[in-house]
Amino acid sequence: MPSPDAVVIDANGVDSLITSLRAQGFRVMGPVVANGAIVHREIRAAEQLPVGWHDWQEPGSYRLSHGDDGEMFGWAVGPESFKQSVFPSRAVLWRARTDGQERQVEAPVDDAAPEAFFGARPCEVAALRVLGGVLAGAASPDPVFTRRRGTAFVVTVECGRPASTCFCTSMGSGPGAEADFDLALTELAGPAGRFLVRVGSERGAAVLSGVASRPATADDHRARDEVLGQAVAAISRTLDADAAPGLLARNLEHPRWDHVAGRCLACGNCTLVCPTCFCAAVEEKTDLAGTVEQTRRWDTCFDLAHSYLHGGSVRVSTRSRYRQWMTHKLSTWVDQFGNSGCVGCGRCITWCPAGIDITEECAAIAASDGAVKTNEPTAVRDR
Amino acid sequence: MEEMSELIAKNSLFAGLPDSTIQLAVGCAQNVTFEPGARILVEGEPADTLYLLRRGRVALQVQRPSGKPLVIETIGPNSVLGWSWLVPPYRWQFDGVAIDPVGAVAIDGTCLRAKADADSVFGYALLQRISGVLLSRLQSTRVRLLDLYGHSLDD
Amino acid sequence: MTSPEHASPGPFVPSRYRVVDRKTETSDITTLWLEPVDRPIAPYKAGQFNMLTAFGVGEVAISISSAPDAPGPIEHTVRDVGAVSHALASSEIGTVVGLRGPFGTDWGLESLAGHNVVVVVGGIGLAPLRGAMRYLAENPAPDRKVVLRVGARLPDQIVFPEEMERWREMGVDVEVTVDVADADWKGHVGVVTQILTELPFDGAGAVALVCGPEIMMRFSARSLIDLGVSPENIRVSLERNMQCGIALCGHCQLGPFLLCRDGPVVPYAPLAAELITEIER
Repeated sequence: MPSPDAVVIDANGVDSLITSLRAQGFRVMGPVVANGAIVHREIRAAEQLPVGWHDWQEPGSYRLSHGDDGEMFGWAVGPESFKQSVFPSRAVLWRARTDGQERQVEAPVDDAAPEAFFGARPCEVAALRVLGGVLAGAASPDPVFTRRRGTAFVVTVECGRPASTCFCTSMGSGPGAEADFDLALTELAGPAGRFLVRVGSERGAAVLSGVASRPATADDHRARDEVLGQAVAAISRTLDADAAPGLLARNLEHPRWDHVAGRCLACGNCTLVCPTCFCAAVEEKTDLAGTVEQTRRWDTCFDLAHSYLHGGSVRVSTRSRYRQWMTHKLSTWVDQFGNSGCVGCGRCITWCPAGIDITEECAAIAASDGAVKTNEPTAVRDR
Repeated sequence: MEEMSELIAKNSLFAGLPDSTIQLAVGCAQNVTFEPGARILVEGEPADTLYLLRRGRVALQVQRPSGKPLVIETIGPNSVLGWSWLVPPYRWQFDGVAIDPVGAVAIDGTCLRAKADADSVFGYALLQRISGVLLSRLQSTRVRLLDLYGHSLDD
Repeated sequence: MTSPEHASPGPFVPSRYRVVDRKTETSDITTLWLEPVDRPIAPYKAGQFNMLTAFGVGEVAISISSAPDAPGPIEHTVRDVGAVSHALASSEIGTVVGLRGPFGTDWGLESLAGHNVVVVVGGIGLAPLRGAMRYLAENPAPDRKVVLRVGARLPDQIVFPEEMERWREMGVDVEVTVDVADADWKGHVGVVTQILTELPFDGAGAVALVCGPEIMMRFSARSLIDLGVSPENIRVSLERNMQCGIALCGHCQLGPFLLCRDGPVVPYAPLAAELITEIER
């Protein structure tokens, strides 16, 4: 719960925050413009942030534009999420060396420096919560995730300019942030460089204490409410999150699956950009010295080998693989982990080369709930 | 000592059919026994008997040039042995060898066909029952074709 | 600098176990007896599995085939179907393998008290049920009859034939059928559902434990239901691609189940029936 002592800082204050975090030993990961997109890199100063940059997102389309408005966070989300920080795309699980006659097995030491997630959107914070439900909530929690999430300092920045592909409001994950952060920033409208800062933890308060600020007034809080209100109004896509689990569970033979299979390339982009996808393939390799290394790398359920069982794969068709992804994300995830796997960030819609929209697919199935793929003959003649 | 009609009515092929139907079969039936090892059915020989097994098991076998004969199915008590009397050329397709001492009701095939020709209600009821058993055996045989315990077609 | 989380090796790191004995059961099935080099794994229950590592080749989920409270080495019966299982099945005595476990749901032996039990297995399916069968045979109860129906391809592909004979002597109603045989075989020839046409007790109230290829489990379940066994009382052992065994890698999902956590033993009704009939899940 944010402390009642909210403050307002300016652009220099943002810079001080970054400096302060670095001084405390955090590797600050923040948004920067690179290769035509807003991605996460290590940052040292506020000037590296995407000041004046705005994004335009549609199904299968992502563009950036630049203006003189000086807004630091006038964009929604880029293709990357902070999942990479807590759940790296490659990790060594163990190594086995042969010591003379005996084989010794050892766990690698995870000595990555603690990170600060600077500019994590509320949907990202929600995604970390969802990932935590899978990786830390298991009977055998993932040690790397547990450590890195535990040490991570989260500076969330609430959304003022959602993209057309966003639907966080449907998933209860934005545009505002209420929990699981150390500091929450809201870029207020009006003259550039005014940020309301709410505190979410003692650590957050400690870091903030080194930054020049003034106490937030009632006007400042109203300004924040306005930003969030405008963001909510700007969000156009919706998904009925409560109805989705049952809807998909009873429509596994809906003709819509064939419809989407005709468009889906099974490229797996959606799983790559999704902040909650967690499938990982385990592989073993040996070097010439006989050291065996077991590693884990991100996998995608769109890959044919994902469902391999001796003799072949279970999910051979694109139809079955798309259906697996969508029903898992919105329906069976709830059975498995107790909450939805989707946070409404819209990345899967933006980054799908075929422009497939999960909200549209859900709506299409709901519109003819109960329809079944027909097995009727295509033609019937009396003679 | 059981009446022939009771013995026939006990077998799954005739169980539940009306007495009048059972009586038609009685007229073609006699009690038989076989020692273990007896070749009840001989491949290629004229097929003229329907056996309602009462006790003991029969192995359906196929002879081959070298090696022991192969067993392709075991027919057990309360089931039925022998269909080739039903359709031309009326010749056994396999051997049927008693594994245990076998007791059965042997129903003459020619007699049964004649009664079915004369009484289509009886004929239809008989064929319905026979079809059921054949369907079940075909399905089981198809499942064995899948070679479930071995290597699949994809290996 | 190591933090407290790294004092324990973590759930991905295997314990070392040594092969102390091995037996070739059939042309492609081998049983290994394993003893711990490091700390032994936690006590396991019948039906659970371990992740076995053939160092340098990979890791695979294998059911535990020893009885839960039997002293001595842990037993795993492995069928050679791929690179990892091949490496395990060909392990000589003295080989060190990796082992993580025990994982998954069990057959629920405690819940069998007072119920008649039908066990239906095919192929290597008896291996995950061997621990349970030993328990049932060695702990007879007057209010519990035990029936075992076994299917195999050929007579020389039957696993644990001597043990089945022992169970028969201990009062278990055992029947075995093969797909095809030569005339030396005096047993049943036919598919396993053909020896599931009657039970020596009322199906209602009985519990069935079924393990084998999925097609065989489907057909056996239908036969059991025809015999009056309640679908909720039929327990099947399901299998999907398992890579971590600890519900973290996402591969073993089958609808709402994570089979390494919510399975492999699942009740046939309400969900498994639909899941294993629908292809491409």
